[in-house]
Order: sequence, then C-alpha cells, then structure tokens
Amino acid sequence: MSSPLSGGSSVAPGTPLVPVLEALDISKQFYGIKALSNVAVQIYQGEILAIIGENGAGKSTLMKVLAGVHQPDSGQVRINGAAVNFYSPSDAMNHGISLIHQELNLADNLTIADNLFLGRELLWAGPLKLLDRKAMLKLGAKFLARVGLNVDPSVLVGSLPPGQKQLVEIARSLSLNGRILIMDEPTSSLSQKESDQLVEVIKELSSEGVSVLYISHRLGEVKRVAHRVVGLRDGRNAGTLATHEISHDAMVRMMVGRDLEKFSKPMALDQSAKVRLELQQFKFIGGTPLGVTFQLKAGEILGMAGLVGAGRTELAETLFGIRPSQGGKAILDGENFLPRSPVDAIAAGLLLVPEDRRHHGLILLQSIKHNLSLPNLKTISRFFLVDPFKESKLSSDSIQRLGIKTTNANKLAGLLSGGNQQKVVLAKWLAVGPKVLILDEPTRGVDVGAKAEIYELIRHLASLGVAILMISSDMEEVIRLSQRVIVLHEGNLQGELSGDDINEESVMLLATGSKEVNVK
Amino acid sequence: MIRIFGILVVVFTLYALLMMSDPQARSLENHINLERRIGEWGVLTLGVGFVIITGGIDLSIGSVVCLAAVGFGLFLENGFNPYIGAVLVLIVSAFIGWIHGVLITKGNLQPFIVTLCGLFIYRGLAQLLTLIKFKELGQKFSQGWDTPGRVLRDSSRDVGIGDRQDLDAFLFLQRGNLPLGDWLGLPDAIGPWLNIPMPLVLLFFLAIIATVFLHQSVFGRYLYALGFNEQAAKYAGIRTDKYKTIAYILCSTLAGLGGILFLLKVRSASPSNAGSWFELYAITGAVLGGFSLRGGEGMVVGILLGTAILPLLRSFVIFAGIPSDLEFTVIGLALLLGTVADEIVRRQTGTRLFERIAGFFIKQKKSVT
Repeated sequence: MSSPLSGGSSVAPGTPLVPVLEALDISKQFYGIKALSNVAVQIYQGEILAIIGENGAGKSTLMKVLAGVHQPDSGQVRINGAAVNFYSPSDAMNHGISLIHQELNLADNLTIADNLFLGRELLWAGPLKLLDRKAMLKLGAKFLARVGLNVDPSVLVGSLPPGQKQLVEIARSLSLNGRILIMDEPTSSLSQKESDQLVEVIKELSSEGVSVLYISHRLGEVKRVAHRVVGLRDGRNAGTLATHEISHDAMVRMMVGRDLEKFSKPMALDQSAKVRLELQQFKFIGGTPLGVTFQLKAGEILGMAGLVGAGRTELAETLFGIRPSQGGKAILDGENFLPRSPVDAIAAGLLLVPEDRRHHGLILLQSIKHNLSLPNLKTISRFFLVDPFKESKLSSDSIQRLGIKTTNANKLAGLLSGGNQQKVVLAKWLAVGPKVLILDEPTRGVDVGAKAEIYELIRHLASLGVAILMISSDMEEVIRLSQRVIVLHEGNLQGELSGDDINEESVMLLATGSKEVNVK
Repeated sequence: MIRIFGILVVVFTLYALLMMSDPQARSLENHINLERRIGEWGVLTLGVGFVIITGGIDLSIGSVVCLAAVGFGLFLENGFNPYIGAVLVLIVSAFIGWIHGVLITKGNLQPFIVTLCGLFIYRGLAQLLTLIKFKELGQKFSQGWDTPGRVLRDSSRDVGIGDRQDLDAFLFLQRGNLPLGDWLGLPDAIGPWLNIPMPLVLLFFLAIIATVFLHQSVFGRYLYALGFNEQAAKYAGIRTDKYKTIAYILCSTLAGLGGILFLLKVRSASPSNAGSWFELYAITGAVLGGFSLRGGEGMVVGILLGTAILPLLRSFVIFAGIPSDLEFTVIGLALLLGTVADEIVRRQTGTRLFERIAGFFIKQKKSVT
C-alpha cells in the first residue's frame, strides 16, 4: 500500500508506515444478524480517516469494536502492529483510544475540571484523599487550551452549548493521553459555526500527531477534513478514497453502489386522485424557517427519505400533534388542519405509526387485545362501559385480518416478535379508520417475512384510498413502495423525486445535502 | 388474579394468628373494631389506588383528612346544615385534588413533591382555621374594622361536633351497622356477627363503584394504559393529563370523605394530629394489595385485602402481649420482612412471593399464555 497521505497533508514526512491502529478481518454478529463481515481499516499517525456509509452500514459497530465496547466475533485489532484484545472501553483507553459518543458522556452538574478528571482526580498528599482543586483547574485549563476552548474550567458543563461540550469531551480524551480519537457523528447536534470550529480543532490535533477516526453524514465536512475516506456498505468494506479522490459523487457512489434492478416497481399512481394532505410552508421544530411544502394524494405512497436527524420524525410528530407546529399551513381534505394533540389528529383521520414502537407504539405490559382496543374504546362501549363482546370481536377480527401470529389475544404485546408487534400497531389504527397514515420506519426491527406482509398491507391500504406518508431509512423499501419520494436534509425539503428518477444515488445525493440532482 | 389469591392467603394467615393470640381477640367487639377500621382506612386506600395506578403518589391524604375534619367541624359549630357542610367539604377536597393534578400535569412537577407540600400546607391551613374567631370576623365585616375584639385566638384548638342533635344520619354512617343478622332472623349466637359496621358497608359500596370504573369502563382502561406507558397512551390519542388529574381529584375527594368520617367517629378533631400517618397507611394498604408504585398494576379487590393487613397487624400486636410502645417497630419489621422475602423469592424463581403462595394452593394450575 502506498502512503495513505499522498496528495498533501499536514503530517511531517517520515511517518512510519505501520498503522497506529489496524482492524483486520473484523466480523461481528448480533442475534444472528451480521453487522460486520470481514471489515478491514487502517489508520496512521496524524491521519484523519473518515468512515462513511448509509444508516445501518456498520459504522457505529466498527467504532465500538475499535473502542472496546464490543468484542469482535473474529478478526484482530492491532496497535502499532501488535495484536491487542480489548475487553472493555478502559482497555482501549489504556492503549490511547477514546471514543466520543453521539450522546456526550459528560456530567452536566459538575464543572469542566471535575469532568476532565472524573475517576482519577488529583489529590493532596496525605491519607485523607482530599481533592486538589487548584491543580485540577490549572491542568484543566491547559487541556482546554489545546482544543481551543477559552473557558474557565470551574464553569459547570451543563451551562455550555453543545459545541463546547464536544470540545470538553475531546479535552478529556487528550488528558487521558489519547492518541487515537474515535468520533461518532461529532457535528450532528452542532450549528454550522460550531462544526467549523470543531473541524479546525481536529485538524490542529492531527498536525500534532493525534489520529482521528471520524464518522459523519455530512459529506461536505468529510471532504474538508478527511485525509482518506473508507466506505462501508451492508457491514462490508465498500472501498477507500485517497485524498485526491474524495468528491461528493464518489462518496455517494461508494455508499450506495448496489444493484437496483432487483426491486419490483411501485404501483402506478392515479393522477386524478384528490389531494388528501397539503402542507404549505409548514414549519416545525427541527425544520428550517422556510418550512416544507408538499402534497399527498389519496391512494399515494409518498416516501420520505433523509439521514438520521434530518427532521423526518419531527415533521411526522408535529403533524400528529405531539409537537407544537411553528407556523405555516396544513390542509387535510380541504380543511385547515391544526392538531394541538394526537386527539385532534386522530379525530381528523391522520394517524401515526411511531418510530419507537416499544415506547410510543405499544403498551408492552398490556395484552394484545387491550392494545388494539385502546384508541377504539369509545366505539365499542356504551355509557362508558366497555362491551366485552365487541372488544373480543374487534381483537379477533384484527388478529385475523393482519395475520398477527399469537395463540391468544390476552397475551402481553411485549411477548410478540417485532413484526407482529408492528402489525398490532397497524391494526389498532386500521380499526380507527385512517385517511392519512404516517408510517415512521415501518419495518425497523421486523424480520424479512413480516416485512413482506407489511409491504403488502401498505399497498393494500393505498389501493383503498388511504394516503400514506412513509418515513424510511431503508433505501430499498423507499424505492420499492413509493410512487414519489421527498428528501429531507437538515430540516429542509431538499428535493422531490418521482417515477424513474427514484434511485439510491439520487436519494442519497439529496439526503447528503446536494442542491441539484441530474435528472434526465 | 393469582396474586390476589396470594394476598388472600396472607390475610387469612394473619387473621388465624390473631385469633390464636388471645380469647379477647376472638370477641365480637374486636371484630367490629377491626371492620370499622378497615372501612375507614379502606376509603383512603381506594383513593390513593387511583393515583398509584397512574404511577403517581399522594402524600397529602392525612392532611386533607385533617382539613376536612376541622372544616366540617367548623361548619357544624357555626350552625351550617350538616348536608351542605359535607358537600362543601367534599367540593373543597376535590378542588385540592384538581390543584394537585394541574400542578403535576401542566406544571410538570413531581407528584411526590407537590403532595408533600400539600401535606404541610393543609395541616397548617387547618390550624389557621381553628385560630379564627368567626363571630368577631363577621362583626368586623359588617360593622367595620374598628369594632373591638381580636379576630385570632392565641393558639389552635380542637373542633368538635358539640351537642348538635341533627346529625343522626351522619352518626349512623359512622357508628351504625347494616343489621344483616337481624334481618335474617339469625339466633343471638350468630346474628350480631353479621351486623356489618357502616364504614365497612360504605367501603364495599365504593369498592363496587370503583370496580366498575376501573375494570369495566373506558376511564379505567385509560388510567391503566397511561400508568403502564404514558407516552404510548398519548400517542394512542388519550388525554393523559385529563385522566391523571381525575385520579388526583378522586383521591382527595375520598380523603375528604375520610375526614368527615373521622370527625364523626371521635366527635372532635385536633388540627395538630387528626389524620396524621393516614397517607402512609393508605399507601401501605395499596402496595400490600398488589399495587405497583411504577403504575399500571393493581385491582380493587387487592385494596380490600391490602387494607385489612395493617389493622390485623395492629390488633395482633395488642393481643399478643407485645408492649404497645413497640407497635410501630413490629409493624415496620413485619412489612420489611415480607418485602425482603418477596424479593428473595422473586430473584430465585422469577415470581413474587404472593404468586408463589397462591401457586402452592392452586397446585400447578398453568398460567394463561
């Protein structure tokens, strides 16, 4: 292999060609699902290596293996050429590797200095183990200066903006003698300015010889900061780009690059169908001041693609009345639609199958029957007393109609498989009677067989005239089912695709923030 | 259901122990006392049960009992019609519950804190009420503030029902009984045992209503659903705030009813100690009756049984010859022991002690799958 840093980098000449950290042939399974198969990655001293891939490509798993959070099923991790075994994150830390999580691991109620030295506080000499705060503040300030953070180390971490917290986390890694930083989506919750500052700090650290493994969805950022890019796809290596090869298109091609022809085509859309839901500059928390504008017709399946954190769930929950709307207009069946709670949305016929099934979709500790009847209780009761016969009929009808596999309607919903749980969520809304059905990641955690059944059901519902807005990070799903796709990027409706223009590459380009897609 | 059976076994065991402790314990008088106490506390336990199902807690019950008892006493002292007085007391109690509900749901405050503050505030209010000289205050209002005489007493005092003669119906509710034995014309050896004290009758009456509400009505379903998983209930279109608030209103209203019963029982109420500890008796009863403080679990039958445990234990302490100064210690240790045993059994077998005991009796009956 030639020098990875050809094409000009900030690393001094004479860098040894033994990688500081190397992963060889790493495989990792979770409950029989392959998260990583034979993945190899090398990172050299002072290098900034970006790892890119779609949601679920295995990036986070790889990072966790390298940081000792997970142990690989097979394969080897080497440091400076010597094989090592990490049994815990602290093992990895002792070798100078530290992982900076998406969710920061800082105690908001402690000061910066307390956080920096948490668990290895500096003490006064003597048997009383008294804290030497002065020394910690002084040393803490030194580490903060290295990450360009000009803040008093006696300030509470909770009072810092997210960008500065990120820097504190990096400072802590450095104070732990970190030589290899692994950063999982470090800029996902930062503003543009904060991201820029962080990128500068990363570059600075790299020039000091610290190696940085960097996961990001923001391809523009990757292009600016990375010396080299490794792509992952479906848990495998999808290629490597050297500095001079890094371009937006090349990265997208590497992330997607799958045979697209195997998908069946979605059903044809009835162009004369009436518009069920129309959004006009609809604004929501997590969106942009421009709002989003689109139409959804009866019988249409509209895919909503985007990366994690693009604001899709926020938009769905705003339409369902969970989150307050920030202005703009929504029209449902010709009438102004302004839900202030799910009660309003349900009354208007707009229903949501939430992303987090276990916390929002179902009551796991209650029976299937009670879950099915919960939003339908008023229709099966008289004088506020639930009619047990009507309730049993409702649940047995639902179980039969959707093919929910269970021995008994009184079984706890939490005991069902993911696919059957999702069918229960769908069934309870079908009994209510949807006009517009929003599906947020409808097949997450659902096995292949049940997936096909759920797709069939979605198509069937559309053919009955239900307007379906389907949020999905599963590209195959979006392409297979939707007649039209809208793509969100950082809260903004980046573009709309329909018919033959819907393919992984174009969706990915929009999702990663490209303004234009070359549509033939 | 299997769990309820386990609690039933515990209650009967305790009862058997009590009966064996002393001949006096087997007397009719002791039984009537026990039934009365179960009825009085059960009303409060029933109330807190609604709140516990939502995953909340109400620590203010004892103080609401106190405020209601003192308030009702003051109404009587000042010549109010007792029915109007009782209704006003219940309305104020319901209002207190509404405040709790609003603070917890709209103010996003913790139920523990809100009702803990209530615990102090309502008892303090009761003390303040007994300080006021209403006659003088009335005079000042009508004749101007210059009228001589002070409006406040120097110290709080007990409030009583005095010698009012128009309270027969109320006193019957507290001291009367449902003469079931007499109606059936049973001989003297059995008859009086079936004459059930009114507080217990009242509890049964309320429990039947609560059973319909909790286990058969839409309202009950919503309450359980939001107790198990408030978010999921909200996503299913349930006005969770509204139903939670109703639970607090029911709890405080029943506490108000408990206060009225309290005054009728003792004939007078002292603002400094009337109803103290009652919230803890109520919560203990509900927890022993199978209610989980995490919310979502519990049945009305469990409340009836759980409420019985504390009075039985207290009675046992008295009749087993344990010095009365040790009463609290013994009760506390017994509860602790039971909880520890429950936890040990659960860790080893995955089922709770009550369920184990019940399983022993039901003999291998397969649980429903």
